[in-house]
Amino acid sequence: MAVSRVLAQGLARAFRFGVLATSLVLVSACGDAPNNPYVESTEDLKLSTLYTAFIARPKHLDPAQSYTSDEAEFTYQTYEPLFQYHYFKRPYTLQPLTATELPEPVYLDEAGKPLPADAPMAQVKTSVYTIQIKPGILYQPHPAFAKTPEGQHLYHALGDKAERYKSPWQFEKTDTRELTADDYVYEIKRLASSRIVSPILGHMGDYIVGLNTLAETLKKHDEALKAKIQKDTGSRFAPATAQLPWLDLRQFDLPGAKALDTHTIEIRVNGKYPQFKYWLAMPFFAPIPWEADAFYSQAGFVKNNLTLDWWPVGTGPYMLTENDPNARMILSRNPNFRGEPYPSEGEPGDAEAGLLADAGQQMPFIDRVVFTREKEGIPYWNKFLQGYYDSSGVSADTFDQAIKSSTEGDSALTADMQAKGIRLETSVATSIFYLGFNWLDPVVGPGKTPTDAERARLLRQAIAIAVDWEEFSQIFTNGRALPAHGPVVPGIFGHEPGVEGFNTKVYNIVDGKPVRKPVADALALLEKAGYKNGIDPRTGKPLSLALDTTGGGPGDKARFDWYRKQFSKLNIELEIRATDWNRFQEKIRKGNAQLFFLGWNADYPDPENFLFLLYGPNSRAKTAGENASNYSNPQYDAMFERMKTMPDSDERAAVIASMTDLVQDDVPWLFAFTPKQFGLIHHWVANVKPNDLARNDIKYQRIDVAKRNAARVEWNKPQWWPIPVILILLALFIWPAWAAWKKRELAMGVREDLAKPVEAGQ
Amino acid sequence: MSNYLIRRVLYGLLVLIGVNLITFVLFFKVNSPEDMARMALGGKRVTEQAVEQWKRERGYDLPLLVNTEKQGVDQLTQTIFFQKSVPMFAGDFGSADDGRNIAEEIANRALPSLALAVPVFVLGLLFNIVFSLLLTFFRGTYLDLTGVVLCVLAMSISGLFYIIGGQYLFSKTLALVPISGFDPGADAWRFLILPVLIGVFSGLGGGTRWYRTIFLEEVNKDYVRTARSKGLSEAQVLGRHVLRNGLIPILTGSVTVIPLLFMGSLISESFFGIPGLGSYTIEAIQSQDFGVVRAMVFIGSALYLVGLILTDVAYTIADPRVRLS
Repeated sequence: MAVSRVLAQGLARAFRFGVLATSLVLVSACGDAPNNPYVESTEDLKLSTLYTAFIARPKHLDPAQSYTSDEAEFTYQTYEPLFQYHYFKRPYTLQPLTATELPEPVYLDEAGKPLPADAPMAQVKTSVYTIQIKPGILYQPHPAFAKTPEGQHLYHALGDKAERYKSPWQFEKTDTRELTADDYVYEIKRLASSRIVSPILGHMGDYIVGLNTLAETLKKHDEALKAKIQKDTGSRFAPATAQLPWLDLRQFDLPGAKALDTHTIEIRVNGKYPQFKYWLAMPFFAPIPWEADAFYSQAGFVKNNLTLDWWPVGTGPYMLTENDPNARMILSRNPNFRGEPYPSEGEPGDAEAGLLADAGQQMPFIDRVVFTREKEGIPYWNKFLQGYYDSSGVSADTFDQAIKSSTEGDSALTADMQAKGIRLETSVATSIFYLGFNWLDPVVGPGKTPTDAERARLLRQAIAIAVDWEEFSQIFTNGRALPAHGPVVPGIFGHEPGVEGFNTKVYNIVDGKPVRKPVADALALLEKAGYKNGIDPRTGKPLSLALDTTGGGPGDKARFDWYRKQFSKLNIELEIRATDWNRFQEKIRKGNAQLFFLGWNADYPDPENFLFLLYGPNSRAKTAGENASNYSNPQYDAMFERMKTMPDSDERAAVIASMTDLVQDDVPWLFAFTPKQFGLIHHWVANVKPNDLARNDIKYQRIDVAKRNAARVEWNKPQWWPIPVILILLALFIWPAWAAWKKRELAMGVREDLAKPVEAGQ
Repeated sequence: MSNYLIRRVLYGLLVLIGVNLITFVLFFKVNSPEDMARMALGGKRVTEQAVEQWKRERGYDLPLLVNTEKQGVDQLTQTIFFQKSVPMFAGDFGSADDGRNIAEEIANRALPSLALAVPVFVLGLLFNIVFSLLLTFFRGTYLDLTGVVLCVLAMSISGLFYIIGGQYLFSKTLALVPISGFDPGADAWRFLILPVLIGVFSGLGGGTRWYRTIFLEEVNKDYVRTARSKGLSEAQVLGRHVLRNGLIPILTGSVTVIPLLFMGSLISESFFGIPGLGSYTIEAIQSQDFGVVRAMVFIGSALYLVGLILTDVAYTIADPRVRLS
């Protein structure tokens, strides 16, 4: 009994200590809710901070290299190209950013004489863009600009000391300077540098006068330099690019990009390329000060990832102040940002939605943006529900929790979401997904004779009817996809939203709505094609087609089964050839696929950026272009060449409509769908209008910090009672074991002198 | 013993060269430098010019193993294998495809991985030993049977369930700890307490059962009977004699993994937002980043070899009869 009493007292003491210690530790560590995932200073807490997440880590923040949406989150907030898209207007509208106005190119003929604006493409030798930039724009504070009293750059020749630094914010001094036209020229030259791989060099080299020549010059220069270093050092190892000394690109001439004066830049483009202005709204054409390039080219920096690729130097509203792409990245307000007035006009309904309430006020409104890496959807979603993220997407896993769909196909928030004051923002992506037919394939392509071409066309039309993308959308995207009727997607000039735009080869129009044609129509087309009931007359067996795709894991099985089911409606056997990304791309590149599934995200809001995907001279197999189906139709190509240089007008719309009619009839693609994007936003976030192209959107947004703090407190009340319960349960578990132990020990008649060796020496 | 250790280290170097060669052959059997370039450059507007430039800039424009355009030794040295492999033996891991220094990246990520893995390892070992000794003590009783059933039950449940369930209960419902995240400073414990508890708990079933088996094997041996006949308490018999003699198999399983702890845990780190090394290799394989793959395989192999040598040394400490020669 004595043992039991001592044990009971001991357990009671341990229990009290456990509860007290745990409570004290948890409470003392957290000023607010103990599940708050942010550790922030008092100063940080006073700021208006946007909390968001990133899933894939960015690979490049160098504007000459960066080309993915993960990276755009950072580059568009820090760098400022000449133009930007209006935040509210749709279709997307270009407007000046650092430029004073939108450019009107001057067209020159072979002799260099000016041509009228509507001059035919064939006559135009060069387009000249002369662009004024606003004076007084300053770069973010940065050590690259810091100078000694004598005017020398303080940190451009650090030598061995360079290895001490891991961040530009470790330097004692920073400075700034005014943005000049030379900085834009410098960046354009960087596109040709052999030390970085710009994904647009191949494309821009065809347009910017002299860019390819400069690329060749820079390549030879660096090859010679590497060979010399290797020879001088006698090393068997080729020097890494990062070991090369800074190459001052100002010493190289580029006829296609010049600074006429401090605030005027001239860009010369081969031929007529009206879409060039859109490229000038991308960070590829953001300014880079030579000082930044010189500063970051110091050999010791690369060891600590202190490079221009990881630490942007821009004029934008934000600057990168913390950069751990594996955990957290922080943008802070650029103290040198000039300010920019919030838009005062938008689309109908924007004012009513309160989106113009801040009209004319100076942006940005948010002081700090914390990007936290979340690799898994479950923690991301739960943290959003706890108020620790300000917005969230809707994944397939959380769709039913967040969204309820009506029988009419409308989507609305569930009661739980509404109770939290969350609002739903939807938008249609400037993207298209399609199932392509390889034009080089003897069965689905046009073949060699007109008879073959007609047979294949009817086969493709039959398949277009049979493959039910509306069903695909419901099964695989929770209805978040708009069936596509042509290559031009909603929101882009040339897209016809109403009855006029419906694909009548695939749909019947019933009460003004498109209704997919019955499978019987498809079977009739198939019979006309010579495949009665899907039987291939050459083999006497069902026609067999092959779909090349990526994936092949268990998660893809349902999708593959669905494809097979669609083709089986026509008694066509579909073989799925699932492979990895490399082999898939290789097949597409070599024109070896028969059917394949692909998508395209718009670079810019011009129909040319979609219609060029079917332009014959862009054939992937023949010219490594973006026409993956290798579609070739002289009539289409002629219309494309005409449409490409036309201004947006009824005439251009008519040409696009004709092109769309043509491909609806030819069916080089099954126009699958355009994704609809769903975003959930907490009630304390204002001025959010989703869009795909205006990625510098954070400067427009506003956070009501007090509302957020209140919601976080309400939604994250800690529940301490389980701790004592768990401890009691543990005690209940330990008690009988302990008692049994002691009982057995006593029953065995322990010799105390051997049991306690320390005391045995007494 | 020093001769033995020197011999093992030299063997280890040969193993590392072999591992490096196998990694190289396997990687380039699946991916060509062109594949790597196209993967890195993305799917849009990729030209042959860009592919060639990417390869040239990163040194993948050389032949893989033999350069027939060169003479003499250069036939072997002016190859991707030589240029990418040899510097690793001098500790130079080069850069990842995204330009980041691999050694710096590993150094930055190792600490968060260790912050999670070391407590899980130490506490897990401790609890496994304590619980298995308890079950050994109560062998043949209902307590033992209940313990074994609970162990089997715990083993049968996926580790992912513990993670998701733990996050749901302690972070979402009770709001006691952050659901995910990390802080490298003094607040690290707030982010680590849940993953450590879950890590320990999820390994308890398997570990306890395994160690129980080891101890049960020892507990019926003659020396244990002798110890009991001397009048030692059962606790002393188990703690002082059975535990020590059962250490050899435990050390084999435990010491080997100690150096590998810093390689991190893929699932735990992903779900708890711990910026460790757990996913570094997998992400590199997915993005076909050979620089990172070869570096991580090299380091993993080296650490495994170190672990094996440490295990041998540990044997001599645990059992004086063992001599390394």
